[in-house]
Amino acid sequence: MIRAVMVMNTQGKPRLAKFYDSQPVDKQQELIRSVFGVLCSRAENVSNFVEADSIFGPDSRIVYKHFATLYFVLVFDSSENELAMLDLIQVLVETLDKCFKNVCELDLVFNYSKIHTILDEIFFGGQVLETSSAEVMKAVEEISKLETASNSITLVPKSVSGWRGR
Amino acid sequence: MNPFSSETRLRDMIRAIRACKTAAEERAVVRKECAAIRASINENDPDYRHRNIAKLMFIHMLGYPTHFGQMECLKLIASAEFPEKRIGYLGLMLLLDERQEVLMLVTNSLKQDLNHANQYIVGLALCALGNICSAEMARDLAPEVERLLQFRDPNTRKKAALCAIRIIKKVPDLAENFINPAAALLKEKHHGVLITGVQLCTDLCKVSPEALEHFRKKCTEGLVRTLKDVVNSPYAPEYDIAGITDPFLHIRLVRLLRVLGQGNADASDLMNDILAQVATKTESNKNAGNAILYECVETIMSIEDNGGLRVLAINILGRFLSNRDNNIRYVALNMLMKAITVDTQAVQRHRATILECVKDSDASIRKRALELVYLLVNESNVKPLTKELIEYLEVSDQEFKGDLTAKICSIIAKFSPEKIWYIDQMLKVLSEAGNFVKDEAWHALIVVISNASDLHGYSVRALYRAFQTSAEQETLVRVAVWCIGEYGDMLINNVALLDIENPITVTGSDAVDVVEVSIKRHTSDLTTKSMSLIALLKLSSRFPSCSERIRDIIIQNRGSLVLELQQRSIEFNSVIEKHQNIRSALVERMPVLDEATFIGRRAGSSPAIVPTSNSASLNLPNGVAKPPAAPLVDLLDLSSDDVPAPSSSGGGFLQDLLGGVDLLPGLNQTAISGTNEAPRTGTDILLDLLSIETSPTQSSSSITDILSSSQGDKSPVASLGEISSPPSLSTRATSAGADPMMDLLGGFSPNPPMPEDNGPVYPSIVAFESSSLRITFDFSKAPGNPQKTTILATFTNMSQSIYTDFIFQAAVPKFLQLHLDPASSNTLPASGNGSITQNLRVTNSQHGKKSLVMRMRIAYKFNNEDILEEGQINNFPRGL
Repeated sequence: MIRAVMVMNTQGKPRLAKFYDSQPVDKQQELIRSVFGVLCSRAENVSNFVEADSIFGPDSRIVYKHFATLYFVLVFDSSENELAMLDLIQVLVETLDKCFKNVCELDLVFNYSKIHTILDEIFFGGQVLETSSAEVMKAVEEISKLETASNSITLVPKSVSGWRGR
Repeated sequence: MNPFSSETRLRDMIRAIRACKTAAEERAVVRKECAAIRASINENDPDYRHRNIAKLMFIHMLGYPTHFGQMECLKLIASAEFPEKRIGYLGLMLLLDERQEVLMLVTNSLKQDLNHANQYIVGLALCALGNICSAEMARDLAPEVERLLQFRDPNTRKKAALCAIRIIKKVPDLAENFINPAAALLKEKHHGVLITGVQLCTDLCKVSPEALEHFRKKCTEGLVRTLKDVVNSPYAPEYDIAGITDPFLHIRLVRLLRVLGQGNADASDLMNDILAQVATKTESNKNAGNAILYECVETIMSIEDNGGLRVLAINILGRFLSNRDNNIRYVALNMLMKAITVDTQAVQRHRATILECVKDSDASIRKRALELVYLLVNESNVKPLTKELIEYLEVSDQEFKGDLTAKICSIIAKFSPEKIWYIDQMLKVLSEAGNFVKDEAWHALIVVISNASDLHGYSVRALYRAFQTSAEQETLVRVAVWCIGEYGDMLINNVALLDIENPITVTGSDAVDVVEVSIKRHTSDLTTKSMSLIALLKLSSRFPSCSERIRDIIIQNRGSLVLELQQRSIEFNSVIEKHQNIRSALVERMPVLDEATFIGRRAGSSPAIVPTSNSASLNLPNGVAKPPAAPLVDLLDLSSDDVPAPSSSGGGFLQDLLGGVDLLPGLNQTAISGTNEAPRTGTDILLDLLSIETSPTQSSSSITDILSSSQGDKSPVASLGEISSPPSLSTRATSAGADPMMDLLGGFSPNPPMPEDNGPVYPSIVAFESSSLRITFDFSKAPGNPQKTTILATFTNMSQSIYTDFIFQAAVPKFLQLHLDPASSNTLPASGNGSITQNLRVTNSQHGKKSLVMRMRIAYKFNNEDILEEGQINNFPRGL
């Protein structure tokens, strides 16, 4: 089972965090910090796997990928295939990329709830729901359509290009 | 517009937070924003609910408390609009968790939404349920989820399948309801539903043996066919990961087959062919392909034996090991670690490749590979493997050397075929990475050398040679100095020369050079310097011609700021100067160190064993071990010895003095505890000292005290370094008079206490002992106040993991008063490597009538689990 999905920037600021084994709020922050502590001290040319028993308890591993200013991290136990988890990060990033056209850190910050919608279409209660980014995109677009159709406040701005420069 | 009102848009709030330069600024912004949200919640304005929760989700991610938004989530979920529902469910999953009672209230909304006509709303409800479902909710909503497994829309079906996993994990009893629907999902053509269906079946097998039996009988063949179709299917771009078609489905199928094949020969037979096909056909130049192969290997290793397949699997791992991708090598090593229990021989064949991985540039791979190599070592390959590892030691990274030396030392100790090989290899390690060698390892080497009587000469000569090239390795220096002290005569006379050795020409003065270098080197620590001093004393007797020079070196330490060195040099100087007659008896070769005792001590790292072995060794004629008594005691002892044995000679004299050793600890305690006593004259001291000797109960009990208290700071074998100290006591015996030491004595003599002031001494008790934790109590009473007792509680962790958040609590009956001082720490290192101490002050109002009794509770965290231990302590000594 996947225990947590995290995205954090290279300064350790969480950009997205979802825990599938319920953790209290302050514990979540502590876990994010310890994961960041491990990741930022790792060299570039090493494997993407980290034993995380000391952070998440027995039988837990971390797989991470570093893209530009962001770390994408999955925490999971021995019932998942490590190499497949690595590919799953790839699926997540590809999907985000398709959604936002060259995704960057700011897209994640300002489209917080859309990111969660995407996440929920890929991961579901600690299991893998969908591995095809096309399928995920389809589902997310349907949901966006429903959102706008109901004439309510739009949470997902159509364009983020105006905010790129801080 | 007020930037912190509920009218602020989410985007503006995020901007405001991002604009903060410091953490304090950010906190202030978040506080204001939260206040605005609370106010808006109190107004119960439905228009801003959506926005408030969206903001709270962001604030939650930053780590601020957001519990006050929980009820708002429920209201949003109850709303009829899709965007409200959506944000409500998102908020529900993030802000709440299953422990919260609010969840009780959400069950009904969930039930309605699961039956909603809009499939997206059903999807939202399923998603929330899959994330936060509790046992009660699982029971209430299982029928809905079961129904949704047959829903027309595939996206809903796959969500329902994963939701069912959550439900059966929470309530395994519900598994049987899902067996048939899950089996139906295996026949699905829709990719997403199939993959989640396979996952559901896998989890059903884990929680329910009936499900396992059912799937094994009914579905194995079907699954094999499905896998065959997937393997042979044409390229499907939508599920392509880096050119491999649908690795995730591959992996899930192979994994379910593993569960079905495990422990069942028939099912295993059915899948052999397809596994072989996957193992041979899958491309291995991409991560995704390797992920499939990796899964396939794990399945082959787990299902019932098929020799051919296993060899194929281990060969795949062998190929992985030479892959250029670090990740692949890493998982291969992980898998080999598991495979080693199944088929050691097959893994052995890849020994050379694994050994190459020990030299990898990636530290985590090196570490794994080293562990694996360690598991692969046996009697037959220990020699070449050790050779390789030691050669690598020369070029390895500094930070890896610690691990590497520890493992090499352990391999050498465990598998050494003969003593000479052991000594040779240890010398290589010491010369190469002596600074990384653990104390136990070089102590063990000394014990082995001491036991190998025919190799004494060989060892000392080899050490002498090694010292010439590697004098910067501290532990090598220590072992060399010790051996030269003991076997110096064998060094210069080429005694017991082995055939393989070349004789060397070493003079006594060369040997002294070695010791001199090591004592004068500024990097040498106290242990090395103390050992060097002892070696010098021994050499002064072995090489009388160098005696004067040795004395000069010893004298140079007379002014050392370290009391231990100062004391030793003064003592040794007087031995050389004044007591030629007893010197040779004093510095005789050490008796052979007891290997069994040493191994026993090492095996049980628990300190409990130490006192017994220590006190046993006190009885050895030459005092193999001596409790590290404070220097003060030695000085006191000096004056007492004046009287009992002023003029006895040689051996007899020595015996007397060693008899006196038993008395030391008792003295020590009294001497240390009393420092403000009135000045007394020399004779008084003597009388006091003698009077102690006549009260055997007291001194014997305090021996245990002192021994137990010394465990903490000295490693068990530190006594090796102290070896010559008991003889040194004797030297001071007769040196009263015009000796420089008298000055020192003069300085200390006002201090000795009256032993009776100290009151009776109470034996320490073990208050609590389990496999994981040990608590000892040491007692002391302030003089003149018998009701009060100070208990020094010492906590030792006997397990392999550290304890954090360690708290000790105690309760006493009414006739007692208890005061707990703060503990020295709340973190307890593993394996007895240190301890926590805490003072307990007890006042017994019924002193003399009732003895102490106490209940205690210990709470700590072990591997992030809270542990609580309780107990009652009844074994307090009487009269406290």
